[in-house]
Amino acid sequence: MIVEFNKENKSLIFRLTEDVDQHTVEKVRRKMDNEIKGYIPRKVIFDFSNISFMDSAGIGMVLGRYKLAKMLNGNLEIINVNKSMKKIFDMSGVSRIINVIEEGKNEGVI
Amino acid sequence: MKGLYDNEMKLEFLSKTNNEAFARIAVAAFVSQLDPTIDELSDIKTAVSEAVTNSIIHGYEEEEGIVKITAKLFGNTVEIQVSDNGKGISNIEEARKPLYTSKPNLERSGMGFTIMESFMDDIVVESVVGLGTKVTMKKKINSMEEQLENYEGA
Repeated sequence: MIVEFNKENKSLIFRLTEDVDQHTVEKVRRKMDNEIKGYIPRKVIFDFSNISFMDSAGIGMVLGRYKLAKMLNGNLEIINVNKSMKKIFDMSGVSRIINVIEEGKNEGVI
Repeated sequence: MKGLYDNEMKLEFLSKTNNEAFARIAVAAFVSQLDPTIDELSDIKTAVSEAVTNSIIHGYEEEEGIVKITAKLFGNTVEIQVSDNGKGISNIEEARKPLYTSKPNLERSGMGFTIMESFMDDIVVESVVGLGTKVTMKKKINSMEEQLENYEGA
């Protein structure tokens, strides 16, 4: 995972580099929480452009960070998801509360 | 000359989450001989990942055990069986409900079975408490050829 912080608009970007399943989520979620608590970003952005696979472990990963970001008065956005990831976020209701943007449709977000 | 099914493979591995990627990629590679679309392959990988994760974190919990996968190809249909000898599910109906999870502390969303149901054509869950769980899923692969025919016929 690559972590970037944009000082100008106070957004914290998590660029995922490993396919998301229970194994990888257990590895990154604590680090994500520490970064959020450290930067207190206005917006947390999950960028899925470098990976091609996510299973339901991704739902918990996103919702857990969303709760934390909200608690710290921030927001969260998901960008560059493929069709299959979109289906999972739609099915679970995640896209009803979080902005989920498909690949190639993120102009102006970052 | 042909047997009951056209091809079959079996996999056995330890119940460690680092085997999840290996398991779904191995099944996808096997199914590739039916010439699936990227979307179909992605659906199968997701369903396998869900079933394998369930066996590892629910079936065996912290204990070490063996997860078994059998995949069979019948014509243009794949049947995938994921089984474990873990603790079993006492209430299958409840476990299959969307958003039901027995492990909210692990941030599990309770969407595993719902995803398997919607990404595959058919799913059967059999479980005996104390003996283990077996999930059997089927999906028909619409080969490129068939898709082309549909396209031309449209």
